[in-house]
Order: sequence, then structure tokens, then C-alpha cells
Amino acid sequence: MIKIENLHAQVGDTEILKGLSLELNAGEIHAIMGPNGAGKSTLSYALGGRPGYEITAGSVNFDGQDLLELDPHERAAAGIFLGFQYPVEIPGVSNLQFLRESLNSQRKSRGEEPLSGAEFIKLAKEKAGLLKMDMDMLKRAVNVGFSGGEKKRNEMVQMGIIDPKLAILDETDSGLDIDALRVVGSGINAIMRKPEKAVLLITHYQRLLELVKPDFVHVLAGGRIVKTGGPELAVQLEEEGYEAVAA
Amino acid sequence: MSALLPLPTKRDESWRYADLKALEAVWPKLDGPEKIAVAAGESASRQISVLPIIDGVGIVDLDVTIGDGANFALHVLAVAADYGRIQVKATLGKGAHFELGGAILGSGTQTLEIVTETIHAEPNATSNQVVRSVLAGKATGSFLGKINVARDAQKTDAAQSVKAMLLDRTATANAKPELEIFADDVKCAHGATVGELDKQALFYMAARGLPPELAQKLMLQAFIADAFVSMDDDSAREAIESKALEALEHLS
Ligand SMILES: Nc1ncnc2c1ncn2[C@@H]1O[C@H](COP(=O)(O)OP(=O)(O)OP(=O)(O)O)[C@@H](O)[C@H]1O
Ligand SMILES: [Mg+2]
Repeated sequence: MIKIENLHAQVGDTEILKGLSLELNAGEIHAIMGPNGAGKSTLSYALGGRPGYEITAGSVNFDGQDLLELDPHERAAAGIFLGFQYPVEIPGVSNLQFLRESLNSQRKSRGEEPLSGAEFIKLAKEKAGLLKMDMDMLKRAVNVGFSGGEKKRNEMVQMGIIDPKLAILDETDSGLDIDALRVVGSGINAIMRKPEKAVLLITHYQRLLELVKPDFVHVLAGGRIVKTGGPELAVQLEEEGYEAVAA
Repeated sequence: MSALLPLPTKRDESWRYADLKALEAVWPKLDGPEKIAVAAGESASRQISVLPIIDGVGIVDLDVTIGDGANFALHVLAVAADYGRIQVKATLGKGAHFELGGAILGSGTQTLEIVTETIHAEPNATSNQVVRSVLAGKATGSFLGKINVARDAQKTDAAQSVKAMLLDRTATANAKPELEIFADDVKCAHGATVGELDKQALFYMAARGLPPELAQKLMLQAFIADAFVSMDDDSAREAIESKALEALEHLS
């Protein structure tokens, strides 16, 4: 589904990704763990096309096309979803309006008919229900006044509505309480664990990986993937730390 | 404003940011202010979404007297003129209320301004002014809001909130409150900010699939909506908001 080869990315004058290679096939869930400042969020922003994240070398092929050629909104329409580590507040724009416009923009660029208001509300209700989020929250402005955990849950409702091919989830588990983590974990499984989809889970904690079982676990350190293993690697990291396992 | 009066100069504070060159040509054709009187206890409102344009200059000049316990709500759009000016003098009676909501939407080399003079002549009156500007190109958008609180006008509550969004670094926003307060038990809250579109929000919206033009439109629509939230009449609000949206689409 996605093949990242020798990716180098810099922010300002600082090189942060230094030759990162990673491949995900359809049907797979991969976890990325790694110390603070390793470049995990930078990887997700680079894949999303965030301005200011300059790709200086390497390639990214997504579903047979050169991802790096596409503008951020075109990457979304191609099927990539970024779950943000710090979801952004948009004062005055309601979640429902934002998501309906977003979804219909994606559909338009894929040559699909837009969803009507009624169809969209039905879809939004279903996905909010899946994530146990109150519909009233969807009527409020995007993330404004949401608690940290509510913002993360809202990211997953958005993912459910948009129904992407590839989800890159940057610390979606941080900030969630124990019950919310369970809801979000089963939400991710319900939405994304399908043969035609893939997930890249960025996390610091083994706990999420018990709910959303990864096929592969990678350690990202110093801007590169320095170790890859199965789910047992996450357990070992939790017990022994990055220094010991991936030095 | 009247043909009988001399042309204003920039030394005159309330004309400080005006486009006097453009004004000169139409000055003799202008009538004096339109007088509006709201009788005691009554409510009245006025919306202006189109300026009466002569030779590229659109001027609205109102002189409003709001009687005791009366209420006047004015909602305006300063758009579509080379030089546009909405000038309002409001004189408030006892316990009266004056509400102003305005949006200034300019691009190119437009000069657009809203200039108010709010006179709290009697006690217990309130006024609230909300102005939102979106400026592109080399446009200049200005708000000058003079508030005069007379000696007897205790318990006056006069608020102004002025925010501008610059879409280009070459655009200019001016916001100038001017307070003349002669009473002591008075609340005058005013705030003014100038900013740009939030780049993080734009990327967040793009990451959900919104093309940049649409993302910008949603954010600007939300930004200027503040100016019209005080309208109770939904259809009037929708009408002025849709005019504003049209103008926004021509900005960038
Ligand atoms: N705008 C910037 N200018 C300079 N350095 C930056 C900028 N943004 C990020 N960095 C640096 O890039 C490095 C990688 O940051 P990144 O956010 O990708 O780390 P991370 O692996 O996601 O860490 P965490 O686990 O704390 O979320 C950090 O050292 C950070 O300080
Ligand atoms: Mg991070």
C-alpha cells in the first residue's frame, strides 16, 4: 500500500528524518515506537505534506502513485488520514460542517456524488455511536473547548466518517482514560482492521497494542527505523527501554 | 457631510485614514446625514449590505437618536467600493441600547472604513460594537470608534470588539477607540487584534481533504459571523451573511 524509501526530511535547517524506509501492505497494522524527539510526528507530517517539512531525498509510493507530488488535500482524497498528536481547534466552524465539507471534497475529487445532509447525519451518528461520543459534541466548533481525551476521540470519529485506506495515528492513545482507550481501541479495529486497509500506529505504550494488535513493531530513533520485530518487541521495549533494546 | 462644508482633512481625527482624493470628486454631491429617531421604548434595526456608490465612492452617513429605553441595531457591510465609509453618530437616551455589527471586506487598493461616534448622554445606557475585517492585497480597512460618556451618564456600559485578518502582508488594518469619559461609574471594554489565518488549522483542514480555498472560506465565514450573531431575525442575518460570503469570494 505504501512504500517509503530512504526518506530524508528537514524542518528549517535541521534534518530530522535521515534515511527512513518502511513498507506497509494492505491488511497490516504497524506500530512505531521511539524516544521523544525521534522524528515520529515528523514522519506523519512529512507523509501528510505539511508546509515547512521539506523532503530532501527519498521517495514515497502510495497505491502506485508518487505521494510527494500531491498537495495535502489530495493526499487525503487519495486515502491517507492523519490522526494528530495535537488536534487543532477551529473556532466558529462546527464539526459537522467541517466533516461534511471535507468528506464531500474528497468524494468530489474521486468523481463520487456528494452525500446529502440527511445521508451525512446518518453516517455521523453511526460513527459517533461507535466511538461513544455525544452527537452534541459534533455540533460544537471543531475541538474548541474539548478536553485532551475528547479531542483524541473526536479524531477517531472523523476517521470513521472519512473511512480512509491508510490511517497514520500519532499518539491517539495519549490523554485517554482507561475506558476511553478501550473504546478507541475497538473503534480503530472496527474502522480499519480490514483486508484493504492499513494502519500506522505511533505510540509510547504497550497498552494500546494489546487492544489493536500490530503485525509489526518498529523502533524509530534518530530519524531512522533502527529495529523491526513482531508484537513481542513492544513488550520487550516496555520492560527494558529503548537504550537497551535499540542502541 | 454636505456640499456646503469644506472638504475634510487628515488632521481631522475621524478622517485620518480616509481616501480624500476619491472623496473630493463626490463631496459636492453628498447630502447631509440621514436622521433616524427611535422613539422611547421602541426597537428598530437597519441593515446595510450595499453601499450607494457614486464614482467608486460609497458613503453612508447616519445620525441616530435612540430614545429612553429604546433599542437600535445596525448591521453593515463595508464592501465593493474604491473608497467606502460608513459613518454613524448614535446618541443614547436613558437605558437605551445601541448595537453595531460590521464587516469590512477589502482587496486591491480599496479603502474601507467604519467610523462611529457613540454618545452616552444619559445614565444606564449600553452599547456594543463588533467589527471584523478581512483584508487582502493592498487594501486598508479602518475602524474608528469614539465613545463619549457625559457627566451624568452613570452606569454606562460601552463595549467594542475589533478584529482584523490580513490575507496578505501588504494589507493594512487600523483600529482606534477614542474614549472621552466624564462620568465615574462606567464600563468601557474594548479589544482590538490583527492576525493572519491560522496555518495549523489550514493544514489540519487540508489533512481532512479540504482544498485550501474552501478551508479559507470556512475560517473567514466563521470569523466574520461574530459581527452578525447579535441579529435576532434569522432571515435578515442570512441575507447579510450571504452578501458577505459573496464579497469574501472576490477577495483572494
Ligand atoms: N519547527 C521545528 N524546528 C526545529 N526543530 C523541530 C521543529 N519541529 C520539530 N523539530 C525537532 O524535530 C525532532 C523530532 O520531532 P518530532 O515531533 O517528530 O518527535 P517525536 O518522535 O514525535 O517525539 P514525541 O514522542 O515527543 O512526540 C525534535 O527534536 C524536535 O525538536
Ligand atoms: Mg510526536
